[in-house]
Amino acid sequence: MEFIKFTDVEKVYKTGVTAVYNLNLEIKKGDFAFIIGASGSGKSTLIKMLYREEKPTKGEIMIGGVNVGKLRNRKVYKLRRKLGIVFQDFKLLPKLTAYENVAFALEMYGLPKDEIRAKTLKALELVGLKEKAKSYPNELSGGEQQRVSIARAIVNSPKLLICDEPTGNLDPDTSLEIMKVLEVINDLGTTVLVVTHDRDVVNKMKKRVILLDKGTLKKDYEKGTYDKNEKH
Amino acid sequence: MRKELTIRMKNIRILGRNIRDGFKNVFRNLSLSLASISCITVTLLLVSVAIIGSLNVENFTKLISDDFTIVAFIENSASEEKEEEILKEIKKLSNIDTITYANKKDIAKEMKESSETFNSIISSWGEEENPLSDTYSIKVKDLDKIEKTAEKIKKIDGIEIVKYGEGMVDSMVSIFDILRKVLIVIVIGLVIVTAFLIANTIKITIFSRQEEIEIKRLVGASNFSIKQPFAIEGLIIGILGSIIPILATIYGYSFLYEKTGGKIFSQFIRLVKPFPFVLNISVVLLIIGAIVGMIGSNRAVRKYLKI
Repeated sequence: MEFIKFTDVEKVYKTGVTAVYNLNLEIKKGDFAFIIGASGSGKSTLIKMLYREEKPTKGEIMIGGVNVGKLRNRKVYKLRRKLGIVFQDFKLLPKLTAYENVAFALEMYGLPKDEIRAKTLKALELVGLKEKAKSYPNELSGGEQQRVSIARAIVNSPKLLICDEPTGNLDPDTSLEIMKVLEVINDLGTTVLVVTHDRDVVNKMKKRVILLDKGTLKKDYEKGTYDKNEKH
Repeated sequence: MRKELTIRMKNIRILGRNIRDGFKNVFRNLSLSLASISCITVTLLLVSVAIIGSLNVENFTKLISDDFTIVAFIENSASEEKEEEILKEIKKLSNIDTITYANKKDIAKEMKESSETFNSIISSWGEEENPLSDTYSIKVKDLDKIEKTAEKIKKIDGIEIVKYGEGMVDSMVSIFDILRKVLIVIVIGLVIVTAFLIANTIKITIFSRQEEIEIKRLVGASNFSIKQPFAIEGLIIGILGSIIPILATIYGYSFLYEKTGGKIFSQFIRLVKPFPFVLNISVVLLIIGAIVGMIGSNRAVRKYLKI
């Protein structure tokens, strides 16, 4: 059973720009896939539609049986509680410690304090940052900050983890560390989607690669690599 | 049952955190919050004056109508039979409620008791020198027709002078009425300005916390829990703004009542007793403050929080 399914998806922005068209894509539960492509190829639009920041103009996007495009604005939060999202710029709150940043999401759901504490520490442990729980973001390196944001994304045990250029601000070694963390999370059963420009990362991971070009699916290979000849 | 309880606990936890956030927001933009708070304070002070004024006007007009009487002075030469006749004549008129007779001896006695000055003057009068008249005090059914009734009584033979409040009450009431209307317009204007100011204050909070709001949305906070701290912020501003007007109302009015002995300008205008009057007004002020705060917050949230 496919976990995520795009059927004839098209997205035209109000400005008239067509970002995605004729997109058909299936992602299975427990998959680890890279989404690659040049700037303007529609990668960001694709994942924004997944977490319902954008609605498809045409077509259907199903995530675990939910038609995301049809979701009412008021109900979007329910979808997002089942997803984890990681960004290039971490999006951590500077005035909160690593622990507080991760606990923040759970506080929003109104969980009891001890449950928040247990889940937060578990997530921080998983990304290897338990001992830096009390540090503020500006006291952490870029890689550590990204690990905090991954911990925040997985703290509620989501079924799907979406990463938008997670290594875009990091050096190659740190990027690989982050990928290792994502792989561990994937091994625990979470479906992981990673949008990236990082050729080295894609080549070393040997995972499924989805190549977008000018808003449509160009290539989709299992255990693929980022071909040097591909324009990006 | 158990599920309901968990949901309630969850909402209480979220509410608790949002109240904390609401207070933080108020103090984070203190200067702006103070501007909103003082605007609400001024508005509520005027609201308080308007309410106290109009309720007092209402109170004393009612009191005046209650004991408003036509006093008919009977000619000194009239005999007892004549006085009986006059009484019958008055009774024939419509719009007569009650008639009370007072003879001049009783009136003189009453006046002697009422003040030292009167006492010394009246004591100097001899038995036959009493210049006062016997009177009929007449209460009317309909105060609006008092003028006509008074005129009819005046025409009765043997009646010397007829006295009643003439236009005094009417003009006083209409002046207060105009004042009240002006106050209401000013208050409505101020309420609108205040709501705008509060909306602006909260807009600044929203802008300065945009990143936090964005992250909240991404991690799946419900719209309600995103909006709540701002609603609470508006509420806090409204409530803080009503503190001074409430204290001013309670202490100011009690002080005024004590200083004047409950009467201002003349014996006629009696003030409403301060308790529980001021407490009721305080509750009204608190509610207005809270509502204005919420309206301001709602405006800002709807306009600037795109959710």
